[in-house]
Amino acid sequence: MSRTGTIAWVARHEGRLAWRDLLWTMTAGRRRRARTVALGFVVFLLFMHGFAAVLLSPYDFGAGNPDKRMLVVLTGTLALSWSLMLPQAMEAVTRAFYSRGDLDLVLSSPLSARRFFAVRMGAMALTNMLMALALAAPFIDVAVWRGGARWLGAYVVTAVLAAVAVAAAVALTAALFRSIGPRRTRLVAQIVAAVIGAAFVIGLQLAAILSYHTLSRFMILQSDLLIGFAPEAGSILWWPARAVLGDALALIAVLGLGALVFGAAVAAFAARFAGYVLAAAGASHSVRRRIGKAAEFRSRSAAGVLRRKEWMLLWRDPWLVSQTLMQLLYLLPPAFLLWRNFAQGGGSSILIVPVLVMGAGQLAGALAWLAICGEDAPDLIASAPVPSARVLRAKTEAVMSVIAFVFGPFIAVLALTAPFGALVACLGVAIGAASATSIQIWFRTQAKRSYFRRRQTSSRVATIAEALSSCSWAGTGALAAAGSCLAIVGAVLALAILGGTWMISPARS
Amino acid sequence: MDRFALPPALKIRDLAKRFERPAVDGMDLDVPAGEFYTLLGPNGAGKTTMLRMVGGLLKPDRGTISIYGVDALADPVAAKRMTAWLSDEPMIYDKLTPIEYLDFVAGLWGVAGDIAKARATDLVGWLGLEPHAQERCESLSKGTRQKVALAGALVHEPRLIILDEPFTGLDAGSARLVKGVLRERVKAGCSVVMTTHILEVAERMSDRIGVISAGRLVTQGTLDELRSKAGAGQASLEDAFLALVAQGTLAA
Repeated sequence: MSRTGTIAWVARHEGRLAWRDLLWTMTAGRRRRARTVALGFVVFLLFMHGFAAVLLSPYDFGAGNPDKRMLVVLTGTLALSWSLMLPQAMEAVTRAFYSRGDLDLVLSSPLSARRFFAVRMGAMALTNMLMALALAAPFIDVAVWRGGARWLGAYVVTAVLAAVAVAAAVALTAALFRSIGPRRTRLVAQIVAAVIGAAFVIGLQLAAILSYHTLSRFMILQSDLLIGFAPEAGSILWWPARAVLGDALALIAVLGLGALVFGAAVAAFAARFAGYVLAAAGASHSVRRRIGKAAEFRSRSAAGVLRRKEWMLLWRDPWLVSQTLMQLLYLLPPAFLLWRNFAQGGGSSILIVPVLVMGAGQLAGALAWLAICGEDAPDLIASAPVPSARVLRAKTEAVMSVIAFVFGPFIAVLALTAPFGALVACLGVAIGAASATSIQIWFRTQAKRSYFRRRQTSSRVATIAEALSSCSWAGTGALAAAGSCLAIVGAVLALAILGGTWMISPARS
Repeated sequence: MDRFALPPALKIRDLAKRFERPAVDGMDLDVPAGEFYTLLGPNGAGKTTMLRMVGGLLKPDRGTISIYGVDALADPVAAKRMTAWLSDEPMIYDKLTPIEYLDFVAGLWGVAGDIAKARATDLVGWLGLEPHAQERCESLSKGTRQKVALAGALVHEPRLIILDEPFTGLDAGSARLVKGVLRERVKAGCSVVMTTHILEVAERMSDRIGVISAGRLVTQGTLDELRSKAGAGQASLEDAFLALVAQGTLAA
């Protein structure tokens, strides 16, 4: 048993909380579900391994010295992964600053805040690592299977990248705190994280559009132009890639550098963390914001006031707006492609349609959660003389009208160059959004709007189903835009996913 | 008009709800129109569960609920039209102002715009909310938020007001203000069913008091009747309440 107040004692406490939180989010508090969840996880892992095997089938994982092309692709992939890990880490750091939870208790106790936050930063790094490893594992395993044990180095590099992402996130968030103050940091950190996360992906896609008229990022990473400009194979820049390939010296260097960076971040920021948390607590006491325009008190239908309320609440919450609309950053490349397409009279609707359908599904899922699950006055709505079906319909209408507002202009411009593609996009956006909204309705559980970021954890099944549904409708849209009969197969698959989701949803019972 | 000649504001028969154990266990209750009725009971006695069933927020396992003669289980929309529900956690939206909130609630209950505006203006005045009327609710104190929620409950002029611990978090001045508004409503013919742990409020406000324990109504009556049933003579309501709960617990 560790002595109270030591780092080991705090780590044990944090570990116990994290484990119970994980169990709760996986099983929703029902112990009997643990076996089903474990089985589902194994099936998912097997599926992902199969998917990775298919995706990586064209690539050579053989032994021998890596050439410059391979090093460029690997380094680009690592940079891409890191740019996606950083937003997750920034979100975790911001949450640690702003959510109160047990912080009042901890900070009012004689426990060393430095020790506590050192452990909390370690926990954040561990969470980020586990998440990154879970996503990367199928691809690494396929590489190990086809290229040998040397690829195991990829596990170490992924873990190091995750830890470094947390260190960078802490430094970046702290810098924002100092420069713009705690009140604005929460929102700005989120936007910065999303922009950083999207910038690399979008940059590669824009370059691919300009060079190859495609949205594929890997076309650029494999291009002769980039390889020509890249440093020689012996450069220190390729050490992370060499570490992935099992080069012992590079692996030790990457591991050492990662530990150094993370250790320095803990040493520099753990002690200041308490100050940031206290400043954030002060900022959470909202400023008095007066609304110039008085309410109009017009006679409206109950559905009308519900729709209006949803739009107003969303519009007035920049934090939520940025949370939901940041994913639309990824629509920039297809918008650019659309613009190029419009200028050159080409036909790129096959590329644009799936992105629009996917984006609509994801955005609709997020908005539906906010409108349907994130109702802050559920008792008020339930005690009102409005049938629950009408409430649900009004909220769904509020969601779908936002989808129409966001995606309508894209479809209108697409219609000018590719009317058939626009028709497919229109149908795909409507069906994809309706499917995601339906899944949220089937799995709805009441929660505070402020829990939006944790909505995925309330039902893993709903989250996975929503993603699968959006993907399959996007694929269907692409095939339909290409005029392929296989679109029917895609639609059947999407409907099967929806049917299966309904069968296991709480709404059915 | 004789208030007993009207259909009862609330009539409950054999109402039951079970979670892990029975929360409400075959309860009967009659609250005549124009009465201020208070339910007292220890924590976990089933007060909130019962009121949530009356407010249409929870489905009973068995039993009937009638509000002014309307079967609340068969026609919940008609019953809800006459009812307001207010809990100790103010059900308001942080991003709306009190006036916008009242506009929204009035819209939900289908109150015409001009009538809603007049009522909202009156309520904001009575409850001393003018300085905050155009501020977003997120910046309001808990007491002020509770007053906003109360204004929301009253803006559609309900005939039956269900209050679950409405004085939690209110300072003395605000509590007096709220009590005054509720008294005015009862004088105007409205009925109130309230739960509270503040016995002084129950003593001063209620026409009748019901004591509930382990999901059952142990006894009910005026303050004097309760004292007499408890055999507590001129003792305080607190003494009478504790004696009655003890009797009820023993009987159960």
